Amino acid sequence: MQSSSCKQAERYSRQVLFAGIGPAGQERIGQSQVALVGVGATGAAAAGLLARAGVGRLTLIDRDFVEESNLQRQVLFDEADARESLPKAEAARRKIALFNSEITVEAHVADLTPGNVHELLRGADLVLDATDNFETRYLLNDYSVEQGRPWIYAAAVGAYAVTMNILPGETACLACIFPEAPGGTVETCDTAGILNTAVNVAASMEVAEALKYLTGQQEKMRRTLLSVDQWSNEWSEVRTERPRTDCRSCGARDFVHLRGEGRAHITLCGRNSVQIHEHGRPVDFAELAARLRPHGDVRSNDMLLRFQRGEHVLTVFKDGRAIVQGTTDVGLARSLYARFVGA
Amino acid sequence: MQLLINGQQREFAELSETSAVSDLLAALHLKGDRVALERNGEIVPRSAWSETRLCDGDKIEIVHFVGGGKR
Repeated sequence: MQSSSCKQAERYSRQVLFAGIGPAGQERIGQSQVALVGVGATGAAAAGLLARAGVGRLTLIDRDFVEESNLQRQVLFDEADARESLPKAEAARRKIALFNSEITVEAHVADLTPGNVHELLRGADLVLDATDNFETRYLLNDYSVEQGRPWIYAAAVGAYAVTMNILPGETACLACIFPEAPGGTVETCDTAGILNTAVNVAASMEVAEALKYLTGQQEKMRRTLLSVDQWSNEWSEVRTERPRTDCRSCGARDFVHLRGEGRAHITLCGRNSVQIHEHGRPVDFAELAARLRPHGDVRSNDMLLRFQRGEHVLTVFKDGRAIVQGTTDVGLARSLYARFVGA
Repeated sequence: MQLLINGQQREFAELSETSAVSDLLAALHLKGDRVALERNGEIVPRSAWSETRLCDGDKIEIVHFVGGGKR
């Protein structure tokens, strides 16, 4: 009978054979802990890669449930998960256990917030981003800079994938490059669509960088913000090796997102509805209506736009504030808002 | 004006040596708060876009700030 370490040697043999990893690198990967924020398309692909590569401890954080429209690209989920509306973090944990039972996976069905970020990410050597919104990314960025722990930004929309390594003290941080989140409405996977190939590119690139970090080869990590458009075949890169001296986050260490400032304030309002007090996101009703029309019933007047999709009704006001009817689930309401109005 | 944008040669009739990075973004119909821009290997911060002049043959890299990935 083979010992467990022999079985492990067999499992990872092809990865160990790769000169960049080797036996010592594999050992380090097995002893590391990675947190993955968001287990949707990019997150499911990244979680699968990290788990198969043998990352010893994985923390999966996601606020959503599996739906049928996820199956086109979210590689860890199946039709039964969608029928049962299983939380994505838990569905991913179960699926990973089927192909690598030797690692530890913790699933958290939660929205990452300033209130729980320290608790949920505690112990992680590295944080990988696979969220669907800017707000969580700025929270991750402030956390990473505060703690001196790296994170990797990765996102995809349409055929476009983009990623950047943030190594506090060495490279620019997200706020150096993009001081603020885009204002107004933004394209999301639910309005602009998404190719499953683009999310896999984003996930593959961030996990390859993660493997370099986990095996102690930080100097080999890419120092650029990189984008790949798989439809136009355009690749572009912006250098990120120098932090901006006047950066709010890594320069002044003013962690507004850890303090929860600028965060959309959410309250339950009345029965079966959630109000999202988004500020500073002036909404162009004509543009939003045109984008939403393929996805549900849209009506608007001078003051508000009403969008009905299944049992949920989103009422959006000129300043970006919205009321989501048909749920008391704050995470779901926030998610609907991120999907259809903007992240 | 000829510019090399994301590795592709592009001609802009509306741009001249007095044009700035912000004029290029307008010509490309790009919203300023959702792109990062590098000119000849140096990132140009958003605050300097209107005063950074373009030259014929400049090598420009533009990356979009994208929020999706999860859903």
